[in-house]
Amino acid sequence: MVFREERGRLLATLVRQFGDLDLAEEVASDAVAAALERWPRDGVPERPAAWLLTTARRRAVDVLRRDRTYATRLAVLQVEADRAGPAHLGEDDDVPDERLRLFFTCCHPALPVEAQTALTLRCLAGLSTPEVARAFLQPTATAAQRIVRAKKKIRAARIPFRVPGAHELPDRLPGVLRVLYLIFTEGYAASSGDALLRTDLADEAIRLTRILRRLLPGQREVAGLLALMLLVDARRTARTDADGELVLLDEQDRSRWDADAIREGRLLVVEALTGSGATGAGPYALQAAIAAVHDEAADVATTDWSQVVALYDVLGRVAPSPLVALNRAVAVAMRDGPAAGLALLDDLSADDRLRHHHLLPAARADLLRRLGRRTEARAAYREALVLVGNEPERRFLLRRLEEVSR
Amino acid sequence: MKYMLLIYGPADGDWSDEAMQAEMNDYWAYEKAVADAGVSLGSEALQPVRTATTVAVQADGERVVTDGPFAETREVLGGYYLLDVPDLDAALDWAARCPGSHNGGRIEVRPVLEFEEP
Repeated sequence: MVFREERGRLLATLVRQFGDLDLAEEVASDAVAAALERWPRDGVPERPAAWLLTTARRRAVDVLRRDRTYATRLAVLQVEADRAGPAHLGEDDDVPDERLRLFFTCCHPALPVEAQTALTLRCLAGLSTPEVARAFLQPTATAAQRIVRAKKKIRAARIPFRVPGAHELPDRLPGVLRVLYLIFTEGYAASSGDALLRTDLADEAIRLTRILRRLLPGQREVAGLLALMLLVDARRTARTDADGELVLLDEQDRSRWDADAIREGRLLVVEALTGSGATGAGPYALQAAIAAVHDEAADVATTDWSQVVALYDVLGRVAPSPLVALNRAVAVAMRDGPAAGLALLDDLSADDRLRHHHLLPAARADLLRRLGRRTEARAAYREALVLVGNEPERRFLLRRLEEVSR
Repeated sequence: MKYMLLIYGPADGDWSDEAMQAEMNDYWAYEKAVADAGVSLGSEALQPVRTATTVAVQADGERVVTDGPFAETREVLGGYYLLDVPDLDAALDWAARCPGSHNGGRIEVRPVLEFEEP
């Protein structure tokens, strides 16, 4: 755990120098293992990062000496990399942060999204393969295979380890943000399994986004994503009760919300919405703004639902999706009453993309319940129960079904 | 590293003369660009898929020759570029610039398998 931050930076620097993820991982592991053995005995060195890097480099040279074809191939890569720009082989305590290129490589669009997520968790968050597997509730073998295949493709198709140029960022940055957001949402509202939250995953996503923000200070959408994560995560403690049961927004004890996170999130929202840049507000900034409106309100009744709807209107233009439309319908129901929201949800029922989500029938069920249309509400709750994957949400829906069945 | 850019487009293109001329102009410009950059190892346009003939030799040595492409698909191979560029990003950039990835076409970018000299 102590080593996680160092591991990411170490790996990134090694990848930069040797241009090969497998070699970099192998010698980084060796260096960390050596440290765990020697430092308790000999004391922690003055510049631990530099010690790790030197140790890892020595191991890499050993490996390359033993395997000539490997070395030749890497030499070719190194020449190409040098052509692209001089290597930042910093001296002892000047070990630059090369993690930005690792972000963009792990999240390269040439890799399947599940592989992007696995690689990001593995290389940047420093999770072991079993930990990566657990993060998405898969067998270890599945995660291992994904990672192996991704590394193979990086090598075979020569996916480069580079930070995209400024003109490429609009195409490439959204992919990185999407992976980070996937990790966060998986941690915040686990898609299946017994716990509603896997807080360490959500924490990890926030930590990585903070690192990204440090490395890319000018990018508004990174600020927007961080804001969104903080503002949503601020409600974490209030989101489940002592028994691990789901507590909805309207019933949450708001005194348990994290005021510091909300404060930081709100500042970031302002930056994300108004910072300099050619383009208008991005989708994460807008979602963060919506979260901020919720977090600022004393309760559901006094929440500025008109503003929420207005923000969803913009979001629907900037990043249209059926889930956005669904959330907008729910907000309209709060502003104009359940019947108005229901009409909008009925428009969505034809959308194929929502077919596997429990959220649509769950939302319909809630509005029908509020309108007193209990028979229809029961049917909708049953529909939602077929689709829900998460235990606490399932139990919540069951309780609601019971309420409308009495 | 060598990459094949395999250009796929709709099988039944109902192209006006104007559209075809514009496409040809785009390709001439692209040919010039890859040549000037020194990255092209070759390229060809293929005649339409109705001119294709498929051959398979069976286990008993019998040669089976059939009219048409190997599979009836909505999108068909129309041509290729063989490029030598430093990495996948460079290959993808060139593929994006190629007219074959525009107007409903798609380009598959595949690295060439290099063999060691025996």
